[in-house]
Amino acid sequence: MDNKTMTASQRLLKKSNKSLLQMELRGKSIVLISALIIITATISITIFLGTKGLQAFFNNGVSLYEFLTSTNWNPTNAESPAYGAVPFIVGSFAVTFLSALIAAPLGIGGAIFMTEIAPSWGKKILQPVIELLVGIPSVVYGFIGLSVLVPFLRDSVGGQGFSLLAGMIVLSIMILPTVTSIATDAMSSLPKGLRESSYAIGATRWQTIWRVLIPAAMPTLLTAVVLGMARAFGEALAVQMVIGNVRTLPSAITDPSATLTTIITLNMGHTTFGSVENNVLWSLALILLAMSFIFIILIRYLSSRRQF
Amino acid sequence: MNSKVTDRIATSIFYLIAATIVTVLVGLLGYIIFHGFSKLNLEFLTSPSSSFRAGGGIGNQLFNSFYILFLTMVFTVPLGLGGGIYMAEYARPGRLTNAIRTCIEVLASLPSIVIGMFGLLMFVNLTGWGYSILGGALALTVFNLPVMVRVCEDALRTVQRDQKEASLALGITHWHTIKTVLLPAAFPSILTGAILASGRVFGEAAALLFTAGLTTPTLDFSNWNPFDSTSPLNVFRPAETLAVHIWAVNTQGLIPDVREVADGSSAVLIISVLIFNLLARWIGSAVHKKITASK
Repeated sequence: MDNKTMTASQRLLKKSNKSLLQMELRGKSIVLISALIIITATISITIFLGTKGLQAFFNNGVSLYEFLTSTNWNPTNAESPAYGAVPFIVGSFAVTFLSALIAAPLGIGGAIFMTEIAPSWGKKILQPVIELLVGIPSVVYGFIGLSVLVPFLRDSVGGQGFSLLAGMIVLSIMILPTVTSIATDAMSSLPKGLRESSYAIGATRWQTIWRVLIPAAMPTLLTAVVLGMARAFGEALAVQMVIGNVRTLPSAITDPSATLTTIITLNMGHTTFGSVENNVLWSLALILLAMSFIFIILIRYLSSRRQF
Repeated sequence: MNSKVTDRIATSIFYLIAATIVTVLVGLLGYIIFHGFSKLNLEFLTSPSSSFRAGGGIGNQLFNSFYILFLTMVFTVPLGLGGGIYMAEYARPGRLTNAIRTCIEVLASLPSIVIGMFGLLMFVNLTGWGYSILGGALALTVFNLPVMVRVCEDALRTVQRDQKEASLALGITHWHTIKTVLLPAAFPSILTGAILASGRVFGEAAALLFTAGLTTPTLDFSNWNPFDSTSPLNVFRPAETLAVHIWAVNTQGLIPDVREVADGSSAVLIISVLIFNLLARWIGSAVHKKITASK
């Protein structure tokens, strides 16, 4: 009897131990495989886009120098096709910086309103507003830009209405929630002692915000703006609908323009896969990829400077 | 200028900024819902679209959007859960963990049009499927994966440490603890995050332009055999989603009633996203209440 239970329990224990160990291993390998899929996806995107983006230069003999310095873009010209990407590079950077110029003060201001000016009720109103703004799809922003903003600019500023200005306004609203939510986190993670010691030496609220809180939160506030800019740089459809899509360099903010993403959106569908016109579009995409790496490096640098 | 006066001016500027942000949102939502709501009726929502004549609906687009969303979530949720569990529970500080974190960051910051182009290369040309629902769903999986991994990781990390330690102290293995203690406790926040991510996927268009395409073949809604070419369930057919439709009718459409169709479609898109948002909050807190003792 005694012997029997011993063996039975030993058997059970042994068996369950083995199956538990197997389950443990199986579970661990399942999650490890998921993690490895993420790495594979990222590496394959980089490699595929890298090789495809360089084909125009190595296989089709497009000059890299011309690509990065010429303002003449005319790949469909049969006699002398020209592949100067400068108008799009300039367009992309212009809308990105201009939209950050609007979104940064508004977003950081909104964050300060939520954390410093009216922490009790301001957050209750602005927080859901920001979350809803994030949720609006980019084509809807583009559509409203096209049907409201462009006619309005045409009547009030003049010109066609399709312009850098329209792109900048649409993008600044699109990146506003990104800037605001990260700036809010930055402001609310500041230690309370900073505020209290500033008030204790007689500073007003504005002096506290301007001289103490903003400098202390600066690296994270800049991260917020850079993340917003990264989003603006890569946005395609909303910008494409309002910017006018021309191949020339804009000379004023009311001129129509084009960006890297808009030219890809427009031409990817109707150029033959593998042709030179198509391959240069992949080179433009490679610039987008490189820029998102640069944005990440910038964000890493800024977060290493964080103090709070 | 007196510092008290400056303070008052600054305060009013902050109020002005907050008011501006609220006005922008109210204006946008109000405009879309005010203009689009009158166009919404059962016929618009169910009839197929027309490429030349006025009076087309968005039936197929609506179906495509939900179908692609469903497939995307079928791919993303297990992968995101796996990645999240790995990052929250198994990852030790080191090179591999750093590499995965960098990859998630890179994937999250990639412009969606670039993901669409990768999809074109991988799932359209390399596989030879052409524009297809499956290709679109896989591209959106790449788009959505970093978000889901973060949602799952954060949800698992916010589970009380005591619960995990109590389970381990009872002699339960790590994996079994994850399965029976951590995941149920993290379930409400994972669900909330997944629904919010669904809203983002539902409105995405740039990644689908070159993967799911701009057309929909004639669909026979009485044919539910997923291998038949006219079946709505066929995953190898091209499919224009609602968000792509809004872009396409505005930029390359030939129909005379562009404004009506775009107004109506935008309203449907916005209302769906709002429903996703509300559902996420409501279901999240309801499930939380049901499975925990908290009020």
